[in-house]
Amino acid sequence: MAKIIVVTSGKGGVGKTTTSAAMGTGLALNGFKTVVIDFDVGLRNLDLIMGCERRVVYDFVNVIKQEANLSQALIKDKHTDNLFVLPASQTRDKDALTKEGVGAVLEELSETFDYIVCDSPAGIEKGAQMALYYADIAIVTTNPEVSSVRDSDRILGILQSKSRRAENGDEPVVEHLLLNRYNPERVDAGEMLSVEDVEEILAIPLLGVIPEDEAVLKASNSGTPIILDKESHAGQACADAVQRLLGKELEHRFLHAQKKGFFQRLLGGK
Amino acid sequence: MNDVSFQLKGSAVSIVVLELYQFEAATFAQQLRDKVLQAPQFFQQSPVVISLDRLSDHATPDFCNLLNICREFNLQPLAFRSVPEHLAAQVQTTGLAVIPATQRSDSELGREVVKTVVEEKLVRRPSKVISRPVRSGQQVYAEGADLVVLAPVSEGAEVLADGDIHIYSTLRGRALAGVQGDIKANIFCQNLSAELVAIAGNFILSDALQKERWQQSAHIRLVGDSLHVSALS
Repeated sequence: MAKIIVVTSGKGGVGKTTTSAAMGTGLALNGFKTVVIDFDVGLRNLDLIMGCERRVVYDFVNVIKQEANLSQALIKDKHTDNLFVLPASQTRDKDALTKEGVGAVLEELSETFDYIVCDSPAGIEKGAQMALYYADIAIVTTNPEVSSVRDSDRILGILQSKSRRAENGDEPVVEHLLLNRYNPERVDAGEMLSVEDVEEILAIPLLGVIPEDEAVLKASNSGTPIILDKESHAGQACADAVQRLLGKELEHRFLHAQKKGFFQRLLGGK
Repeated sequence: MNDVSFQLKGSAVSIVVLELYQFEAATFAQQLRDKVLQAPQFFQQSPVVISLDRLSDHATPDFCNLLNICREFNLQPLAFRSVPEHLAAQVQTTGLAVIPATQRSDSELGREVVKTVVEEKLVRRPSKVISRPVRSGQQVYAEGADLVVLAPVSEGAEVLADGDIHIYSTLRGRALAGVQGDIKANIFCQNLSAELVAIAGNFILSDALQKERWQQSAHIRLVGDSLHVSALS
């Protein structure tokens, strides 16, 4: 049986799709057969971030409506073995998702995959609820900013009340906090919430802190998941987060501002 | 030894009264049958007093026939009540007792039967205990009880109780105690960072709270018309 992971946040633009691509790729790099599903029907993005947009023929909605079978719709990732993408439909909306339809697709995928990563749309409505309904594990992505933290808190409440595990009274969904776009300098300047602030408000275990990094935008635009950029801090932090998800205990990195050397300060370099 | 054979006592006995409006043998029999069939057990050998209080003025019922029909349905007529003068002689021939009119003769049989005594008792419900964080958008209400929260209450969350509220963590959201109007309700929390606290409808917002024990433990109660915030312990 596959483990179903939902990457969710409530708020938009905090890095759900980037995280889904990175975590999915990371799990596949660790030898687990992984599929990443785009639940953002109507605003298809995951295929762009993962660089497979030109190979989309059939999509998730086609499979739900039984217009195509899974093997036709799954796209094999060209960077990483063991990794597949199930793209969303760009022409439909979230109403095309039904609990039964999604359940049937996830069940079929469970037979052959180790991990199913569900990339949730923003919001708390149907699309987001569909993405989290069948989850075993939730990665709640947050930016160190009050509105993002509050929306994450809201989605945690929905995970506790509207997920299948909650409805059936099973073990609750395992919750992880992933803090994206962390900028230690701005935290020091008091402009940004610190890791401790966010952890205290959300009261769930910290899976990782991904530093603000120019490399992320570059990676997104070129369609290569950031985790493949092993030079970048963000890529390294993502790789650490995957290891923690798999049960390893690693110290968090990139939490503190690096002291600039004399010449860097003089030249205003980063 | 006690050689007294008997004692006379006044006693009020609850009894079925058949209030007669008019009498036509066939109709009466039919209507009585319908009534008895509704609760055959109740009417089994049930003593009955026939009241003529509301009998229409010019009616002259055949009392022997009336009694026979009653007995047919297993009722046991004991007496007549409120007998008008012009029917007194006729009633006497039946041999049943005559009871003078009473002040109260207004209870109808149907209502008498279903009337049950409802005793209001103060029921103490066990406290509602929440051990997971109360998240933004969630609402927890302890109806008729105290509420105990062992985890943080987030901003945008709301906890309500008819009784007291205890929060053994940080209160960032709203807490409303005594929502049914209990002015003796209390709110206790380990870290007061609330958006709003209220007791029996009297509330204060975070702006006002920031002057009093902000981010510290607090006990909130109602003194007169205003909320009073003091330290725990």
